[in-house]
Amino acid sequence: MKLYLPLAIFLALVGLFGFGLWWNSAHNPTLVPSPLIGKPAPAWNLPLLYQPAKTLDKADMLGKPYIVNVFASWCFACADEHPVLMAYSHDLGVPLIGYDYKDKATDALAWLQQHGDPYTQVVADESGRTAINFGVYGAPETYLINARGIILWKHIGPLTPGVIRDELAPRLRKLGIQPRIGA
Amino acid sequence: MMPELGQMALILALILAAVQAVFPLLGAWRGSSALMRMARPAVAGQFVFMVLAYAVLTHAFMVNDFSVRYVAENSNLTLPWYYRFSAVWGAHAGSLLLWVLILNVWTLAVAVFSRRLPEAFVARVLGIMGLVSVGFLSFSVLTSNPFLRVLPAPANGMDLNPVLQDPGLVMHPPMLYMGYVGFSVAFAFAIAALLGGAFDDVWVRWARPWTNAAFGFLSAGIVLGSWWSYAELGWGGWWFWDPVENASFMPWLVGAALIHAQAVTEKRGGLRAWTLLLSIFAFSLSLLGTFLVRSGLLTSVHAFASDPRRGLYILMLLGLAVGASLLLYALRAPKVAGGKPFALASRETLIVIGNLMLVVASAMVLIGTLYPIIGDALHLGRVSIGPPYFGPLFIAMMAPVVLLLPFGPFARWGHADLREWKRVALIGAVAALVGGTLFAWAASGGMPGWQAWLGGLSSAWVVAGVILYARKRWVSVPAGRRYPAEMAGMLLGHLGVGIFLAGALLTNNLSVERDVRLAPGQTAQVGGYTFRFEGVTDVRGPNWVAHQGTLVVTRGDQQIAVLHPQKREYSGDIVQTEAAVDAGLFRDLYVALGEGLGNHGAWALRLYDKPFVRWVWLGGLFMALGGFVTLLDRRFRVRVTQDAGDSTPAPASPRPVRAQEAGA
Repeated sequence: MKLYLPLAIFLALVGLFGFGLWWNSAHNPTLVPSPLIGKPAPAWNLPLLYQPAKTLDKADMLGKPYIVNVFASWCFACADEHPVLMAYSHDLGVPLIGYDYKDKATDALAWLQQHGDPYTQVVADESGRTAINFGVYGAPETYLINARGIILWKHIGPLTPGVIRDELAPRLRKLGIQPRIGA
Repeated sequence: MMPELGQMALILALILAAVQAVFPLLGAWRGSSALMRMARPAVAGQFVFMVLAYAVLTHAFMVNDFSVRYVAENSNLTLPWYYRFSAVWGAHAGSLLLWVLILNVWTLAVAVFSRRLPEAFVARVLGIMGLVSVGFLSFSVLTSNPFLRVLPAPANGMDLNPVLQDPGLVMHPPMLYMGYVGFSVAFAFAIAALLGGAFDDVWVRWARPWTNAAFGFLSAGIVLGSWWSYAELGWGGWWFWDPVENASFMPWLVGAALIHAQAVTEKRGGLRAWTLLLSIFAFSLSLLGTFLVRSGLLTSVHAFASDPRRGLYILMLLGLAVGASLLLYALRAPKVAGGKPFALASRETLIVIGNLMLVVASAMVLIGTLYPIIGDALHLGRVSIGPPYFGPLFIAMMAPVVLLLPFGPFARWGHADLREWKRVALIGAVAALVGGTLFAWAASGGMPGWQAWLGGLSSAWVVAGVILYARKRWVSVPAGRRYPAEMAGMLLGHLGVGIFLAGALLTNNLSVERDVRLAPGQTAQVGGYTFRFEGVTDVRGPNWVAHQGTLVVTRGDQQIAVLHPQKREYSGDIVQTEAAVDAGLFRDLYVALGEGLGNHGAWALRLYDKPFVRWVWLGGLFMALGGFVTLLDRRFRVRVTQDAGDSTPAPASPRPVRAQEAGA
């Protein structure tokens, strides 16, 4: 019987891999609902990228919906996403908060100078510690948070015009915002 | 026209692989010499068509045939020819082609060098390798055809991922695949032995040189990968425990265990079942590595374009190959413990301990690598774990191996002489304490930190053991027989462990890193060196433009080096840092260019002084060399001639010297 042990362990592994493949296909990783959706965003209090002496926290943002976009200067996909943000940031009708993730301030500032700055405010999370509470996998990611500070929607991977039109804009309309984005 | 020819060649190779798999195995089962004789022509034919298919794809890259989708996705008119050559294996479909080509090279080598082995045994070995080839060729033809066209053809290609445009990465995948695929030979030998019901151990002797060669290649491949990530990623690190690295490290650990277990089985007849199992494991982990890297299972969050069909296909392949092998093992493995008895204090015991630690370490790496999936399965959320998990556990598991390593060669088979152990332990301990401490002291330029001290101690301990044993052979054995290749390989490999230990621990402890902002003319001090920043100019390469910094490094009044770190921009606005390294045996000076800051020519720079980092790779290269030297041993030149169909070969030729015993 002992001789069957390696086989049994291997079959368990295959089961795990099969599960992993199924999980990845059933839950398109870019659509995985965060466990935090429908729950209050974690308390956060982060320095502003442009004025590190000042901070922005969750309480400052209560009262109206806003979008948090996680980016970093080291992130290639963020550079792909950036022109989309530049094009749409003024049409969203809500503040777009840039969340600079695990990045050096100097790198991020240079990056924003080079690519343009679509954000209303940029907060810096150099250690990435707050991001853990948000459930950030990596950059880019985007969160929609309502006036009471509850996370309504999360998108993993670059925002595209299609995602903004089909997923983000309808949710904004439900909140009574009128984004200038065609349906 | 050409790509279609390549496609045809690929399909013909697949058909020949099926021939190579089916008929020889059938022949070995039915005892039909005619069927078994089909193996070698099928191997040769498959090899020819694989070379043809591979050459066609290479040709498509060379002539910039962007009507081939794979070329259009991975090459560009401005890409230099040598990177177009290596771009063939720069992405999934082509690297699969390389994988199969290398499998064909190994199979051809086995077919050529095994003419003296029993016919049925060789037929089974080649048949198994044919089965593996069928699996991967059908994977290529059905899901990852590199010859697909795209019409109309684009005027220019999208370019090879700039990360891959580096000399280190030109050589890294072929070496790594030579190692991965090389374990298929040991695997095929083990399965052939199980199929033939070989309860003797002579197959292990035939498998040993192949296993050692594969281990050598895999070591060299991992070293190249590590060196590349050091030079290219700009973080100054040499190992990151990321899933792709782990995928190559797991078969290496098991391979290291296997080459030692094979020695026990060959010489003493012990550990038979264990050696069979490890042979299966080493190749299974190679397949698993391919699966993890290719299926997008682990990097799914960031792989925005992975194909789920591929993942499923390769999972089925993995399940069939490994599942069937382990089932066969369960059914056929020798159920009685064989071999000569051994005492608690013996070389066998030491090898068993080393084997267990290596296999457990490999399992630890596997669990850590798979943890994100396990987390999904148990609804713990997707968490990936990194160096804080792997580092301490790995050190803990390797500590006994390092501690016992010097005793291995001194311990006799069966029953060791404990008085000799005491002497070795005493001399080794003194050498480690005195030599290791002095070494760490000199390296640190003062009181060493605990990690540097540990590096000095462990390195000196291992090296002292190697030197003591080399000396013993020198004194007690007549010239010409002192260092047979197998022993020389062992000494080189163990020396490599010593060098690696010093490199890994010293560089971790002594490296100095500074992030600085420098304007032209300003200087920064790192580790006793003065880096003077001269400014940034623009340079142009074949397919990139770059900002290139110039730094003059001095120590005292002496100029040490002029370094040119670059920040390259490839087509498609992809930015790639090229660190500049002044390499030396005792220290590397390493500069990566950050971002330009402000209008006065100031730049962010990352400066490193990395003592002994070369020793990490030097140690790995010694281990690789050990593997290669071992296969030159005269004992491995097979001199068995057998009648057709006989699966119980005669005893091998008399061994020249039972080296270990002769000297003691």
